[in-house]
Amino acid sequence: MSRRVVVTGVGLVSPLGIGTEPTWAGVTAGTSGVSTITRFDTSDFPVHIGAEVKGFEPEDWIERKEVKKFDLFVHFALAATTMALESSGLEITDENATRVGVVIGSGIGGFPMIERQHEILLNRGPRRVSPFFIPSSIINMCSGLVSIRTGAKGPNMATCTACSTSAHAIGDALLYIRHGYADAIIAGGSEAVTSAMPLAGFSSMRALSTRNDEPERASRPWDRDRDGFVMGEGAGIVILEELEHAKRRGAPILAEILGFGMSSDAYHISAPAEDGDGAIRAMQGALDDGSLNSEDVDFINAHGTSTPAGDIVETIAVKGVFGDHAHKLMVSSTKSMTGHLLGAAGGLEFGLVVQSLVNGVVPPTINLDEPDPENDLDYVAHTAREADIKVALTNSFGFGGTNACLAVGLLD
Amino acid sequence: MDVEAKVKEIIVQQLGVDAEKVTADASFVDDLGADSLDVVELVMAFEEEFGVEIPDEAAEKIATVKDANEFLKQNPAG
Repeated sequence: MSRRVVVTGVGLVSPLGIGTEPTWAGVTAGTSGVSTITRFDTSDFPVHIGAEVKGFEPEDWIERKEVKKFDLFVHFALAATTMALESSGLEITDENATRVGVVIGSGIGGFPMIERQHEILLNRGPRRVSPFFIPSSIINMCSGLVSIRTGAKGPNMATCTACSTSAHAIGDALLYIRHGYADAIIAGGSEAVTSAMPLAGFSSMRALSTRNDEPERASRPWDRDRDGFVMGEGAGIVILEELEHAKRRGAPILAEILGFGMSSDAYHISAPAEDGDGAIRAMQGALDDGSLNSEDVDFINAHGTSTPAGDIVETIAVKGVFGDHAHKLMVSSTKSMTGHLLGAAGGLEFGLVVQSLVNGVVPPTINLDEPDPENDLDYVAHTAREADIKVALTNSFGFGGTNACLAVGLLD
Repeated sequence: MDVEAKVKEIIVQQLGVDAEKVTADASFVDDLGADSLDVVELVMAFEEEFGVEIPDEAAEKIATVKDANEFLKQNPAG
């Protein structure tokens, strides 16, 4: 039998708070983390709203002189990792270091730093570009810095699959542990691109909500009046361990990763396949990998970004996988509150699914005042619900048509 | 502000070290905890603050506080 993989720690940095507790408290209370963007002047942009992480001080997590060497997404990853390790109690020592890996992805990487250095290049010339520009902004520096700071000497990898990035990171980490490359892995994703170029680029795609006058109501998955996603930022990191390894050290075993499914739409650069084909195969893949029946699933943390096309396709896909059971299970989108953390979304949402399993509570989809007629599932509208959840899925779908789904359950 | 005081201030700021550690003989790498990239950035800060250009061949020879002071005294902004 293949090695079983459990979750022993969670660390979250989100627009609802710095830490798992404030984030979980926020989503269960139905709080929106969306507000007017404060990090830069958005007056010339069609979009003025975002889900920023508030009150984050890099100096709380790294020495002051090191701060400038890394862009914000790396700081987020380090902060979330520190909290995840603390909650798992995993100590990385000379004895176990080579058996502990790191798989942290980012969808876009250090775009704010790229912008700042490009401005220096244009205004002051190439000799003024910082020697820290490249290491501060490349996507795998989250995994790099985390290994340097924690001493984890096992496999060191970074995923980059747009909004599926951190679901893929967690899935890859699962496979590495199953295969025997490592006994424990720090896995997840981080993103911090609340800056001009990403906001302009996503705006030009008409991907973002322009509900500028009502930020808290802008992210409204499956609602008739949804008009795009809200750009968010943060990090979601989890500690995954081989079951016996976790038991031996008396770790807090929060949940077990049961299955991982992946697929590609092979269809369009940004639009999902209209029949939900790719999403269906990702979910079915996760069920098959975990030897699960569709009736086993109680709850899906949906990709649910609040885009007109994406939300309907996900509904179609859930029906395609689950048939009649689609109307019995709960489907909710925490993006209605956190905004869309892009490459960090899967990590944040995986962490929240673990909290749902542990606490027996499903966070709501807020702002779902009136769903489309086609969107007729139980989206847990407005308020959180207590429920006995044994198995949950978390979906992530990314530009390029890349899909990932993870199945998580309580350890039996 | 004289050259030495200004150099010291830049080093304290760039490398995040205590001012009393920035003695004339202090080596950026051996005594002040800098790595090779820190030194590159430090030299860029000297160029910026003193309004001078430090060619790579000269920059490679700036390894201590004294080296920096001497270069910047001998090559004032033109």
